Amino acid sequence: MTTETASTGPGAAAQPTQSHELSLVGALRANMRDYGLLLALILIMLFFQYFTNGVLFKPVNLTNIILQNSYIIVMSLGMLLVIVAGHIDLSVGSVSGFVGALAAMLMVGWDFPPELAFLAHPLIAGAICLVVGAAIGAAQGYIIAYHRVPAFIVTLAGMLIFKGLSLAILAGKSVGPFPAEFQMLSAGFIPDVIGPTTLPWLAENGQNVVLHTTTMVIAILAIVGMAFSSIRTRARRKARGYDVEPFSLFVIKNVVIAALVLFFAYMLASYRGLPNVLVVMGVLIAVFVFLTKRMTFGRRIYALGGNLKAAALSGIKTERTTFYIFAIMGALAALAGMIYAARLNSATPKAGQGLELDVIAAVFIGGASALGGVGQVAGAVIGAFIMGVMNNGMSIMGVNIDWQQMIKGVVLLAAVFFDLYNKNRSA
Amino acid sequence: MTKTILEMRGITKTFPGVKALSDVNLDVREGEIHAICGENGAGKSTLMKVLSGVYPSGSYEGQIVYKGEEQHFKSISDSEHKGIVIIHQELALVPLLSIAENIFLGNEQAKGGVIDWDETRDGARKLLKMVGLNEDPDTLITNIGVGKQQLVEIAKALSKQVQLLILDEPTASLSEKDSQALIDLLLEFKTQGITSIIISHKLNEISRVADRVTVIRDGRAIETMDTQDITEDRIITSMVGRSLDDRYPARTPQVGDVVFEVRNWNVYHPQHRERQIIRDVSINLRKGEVVGIAGLMGSGRTEFAMSVFGKSYGQKISGEVFVNGQKIDTSTVDKAIRNGIAYATEDRKTYGLNLIDHIKHNTTIANLIGVSKWGVIDDLAELDAANDYRKKTNIRSSSVYQVVGNLSGGNQQKVVLSKWLYANPDVLILDEPTRGIDVGAKYEIYTIINQLAAQGKAILVISSEMPELLGITDRLYVMNEGRIAGEMPTSEASQEKIMRSIVRAEGKAS
Ligand SMILES: Nc1ncnc2c1ncn2[C@@H]1O[C@H](COP(=O)(O)OP(=O)(O)OP(=O)(O)O)[C@@H](O)[C@H]1O
Ligand SMILES: [Mg+2]
Repeated sequence: MTTETASTGPGAAAQPTQSHELSLVGALRANMRDYGLLLALILIMLFFQYFTNGVLFKPVNLTNIILQNSYIIVMSLGMLLVIVAGHIDLSVGSVSGFVGALAAMLMVGWDFPPELAFLAHPLIAGAICLVVGAAIGAAQGYIIAYHRVPAFIVTLAGMLIFKGLSLAILAGKSVGPFPAEFQMLSAGFIPDVIGPTTLPWLAENGQNVVLHTTTMVIAILAIVGMAFSSIRTRARRKARGYDVEPFSLFVIKNVVIAALVLFFAYMLASYRGLPNVLVVMGVLIAVFVFLTKRMTFGRRIYALGGNLKAAALSGIKTERTTFYIFAIMGALAALAGMIYAARLNSATPKAGQGLELDVIAAVFIGGASALGGVGQVAGAVIGAFIMGVMNNGMSIMGVNIDWQQMIKGVVLLAAVFFDLYNKNRSA
Repeated sequence: MTKTILEMRGITKTFPGVKALSDVNLDVREGEIHAICGENGAGKSTLMKVLSGVYPSGSYEGQIVYKGEEQHFKSISDSEHKGIVIIHQELALVPLLSIAENIFLGNEQAKGGVIDWDETRDGARKLLKMVGLNEDPDTLITNIGVGKQQLVEIAKALSKQVQLLILDEPTASLSEKDSQALIDLLLEFKTQGITSIIISHKLNEISRVADRVTVIRDGRAIETMDTQDITEDRIITSMVGRSLDDRYPARTPQVGDVVFEVRNWNVYHPQHRERQIIRDVSINLRKGEVVGIAGLMGSGRTEFAMSVFGKSYGQKISGEVFVNGQKIDTSTVDKAIRNGIAYATEDRKTYGLNLIDHIKHNTTIANLIGVSKWGVIDDLAELDAANDYRKKTNIRSSSVYQVVGNLSGGNQQKVVLSKWLYANPDVLILDEPTRGIDVGAKYEIYTIINQLAAQGKAILVISSEMPELLGITDRLYVMNEGRIAGEMPTSEASQEKIMRSIVRAEGKAS
């Protein structure tokens, strides 16, 4: 090593060595947590499928699960960033409720003079709501980041303030219904531009299965895209001499994911197709996966959550990063609030209350660490679905709400416990 | 023939993917000072953690026989009950508790759960006297230096009726004077019949104090030397498997113009506004030059460097920084880095590393721009960079995906270095760059420093090891109580001369 000069830049290093495939067991073990979580979700779904006598997997119910959990998932994306950064946001439930109320007042509650009537247009009102949400998050983030008041306290205060504010602007009443365009956010489905496909050979009780073709086409395109990109990544790694996962695992993984996507697409397509909100969610999830895995901004969040002082001494603007994280969280809480209001078709003073707990639970079930620095978007999303499927399944089974709460609590505890147990064993 | 107090037989310990120890035998005689030497990652700390029950019985293979009985320690408190006390590589004191509270932590002088403070203080005072530490037991740990903290750790060990004291690199962050005092203390304990095991990379200490030395290489015990055989060269040959002719690589400096200059730098304590820590310091570095700052612990060298590097220490900072004759803004770390300055910290755990993340991410974090475009990281470019620097600094790990917290202390230090080498600065400030690093790896790091200098970078080395400064630098500043007390070309410097300028400065100050 003494003859090389210390130069930087990637080019200096690329001396292709022989690429190896890792052993199957090793690769499985390394990713046990990720697979384990997905497996847990599938097992929970099969469990409820059995105990609800097959209701869970009915197309209409699957669509419902997505609609019911969309706002939790949207907020869990932002909460993941917050928790990875080593903070917490207790205000998101109240903020979403407040923004829902604001949306209602803008669109139906307030009588604007004619020259301001444009504010009531769903698109404009929606944009205002997003900006207000981001501003609320930014304000809290500013106090947390630059004045170093613990996030727990700032957002606890925020929770009380916005709970009060929604009551105030709604004057204690429910406000609705919303214009039809706004309801489309939660109740709408993408149009079938290609036209339905009938599958007579799958007819059941004399009823044909009619598929929403556009949904299927989108799903197939998505699968092809994913397969293409993972094949390319693998090839690139191999070409540069890096180890890759065993081919068998690679194939199995992609086939399983493709099968799952196809299955759910088929389910949705045989009801009314892709819900609009799922499109919004899908795009957001993709953006956040990219942000956390591939972007410098995401990397810096993990770094500052892992060791704040070391991150600061590495040139990361820790305050600014924290500030942005809370602003993003605020905007997502606003979006969630609108989805929630659109779904209920009215804004109520109680809307959003307690949602923060579901969101935080989802992120922790998804494997994030309360100490910061650890957590994945995919985990948070699966965590949210685990909570959602349990809510849905238990409701169909007619489990009382008190029991539902207790069971969810136990699942949260078990998930985190399992995580720590695993970590200690591998240390 | 003296009695054997401890026998470890056939110890094998594996971590996922790494065999840290394989079939290690160690025997320690009653009343001796037994040293354990070996390269970074050889398995020294792991062996001691096995012995003291940090890794409980059952998580390793092999036998531990202590005082003639086989032991199955399930936890540290089990081994402590038998009089085995370990002081870890990283100190484990609670910073905001007092000396007395720390000494009796977990072993409180209490009746029925109520702490007897008089007893606590008296007991602490007695123990402090035994270790020769002249401090009020009520002083908070944060307010005393590392050297004294180390003594508090030892006092704590004494409070547990220690019979076998294990010290993992106790002198790594101590000044020469404090190290000396600690070594003397060990010799004193020896006369009282306390057995010690000491791990250290400072071979001069080892050859002075140790009765016997066991060398570990790649998880295997290579040999145990008796007193008459112990020489530094002999230990090195056994450690690295070959002899090392020179401790410092030859250096032919090619020094150019001044590239980096700090003028009239003043800094005040971050909490106590009135206490001035750095007084009117001016220094300069030339292109291709390696400059050292010598001084005692607490002379303000780290504080000076950190305050220059993005005002990371202190308040009411005044002074000017010039790079290539241009005045630059170093008010944030980001700006300092963008102006080509880097500072590799002496405190890797607190300021240097994200311990829960792996080597790859730690290597690139100070220069993400280097592996990204439009804020998007090129994963393979990053992997290349991390592998490259892992090789350059010779980090011993299963891959760049090993979590940094699981690396041996010396290898963690190399990750800190990699990170700042990868940031490709023009001016590199290295604060104790070889702390806890083995002799072979030190040589490699010195070689890297030489290469950087040959490329025209300017390097400032802060070190408490004077031979190191004398061996690798071209010019030296001596710092004392926040002031520059002297400056000399290394060719004219000697340890005596450095000490003299410190003493002279102290004479002036008082
Ligand atoms: N918890 C762990 N998980 C995985 N590997 C570990 C763990 N702890 C230690 N190791 C590995 O075991 C080996 C021995 O480490 P150890 O800390 O004993 O080295 P050491 O001889 O004390 O080195 P140093 O002089 O640098 O302190 C190293 O390769 C290290 O990476
Ligand atoms: Mg060690």
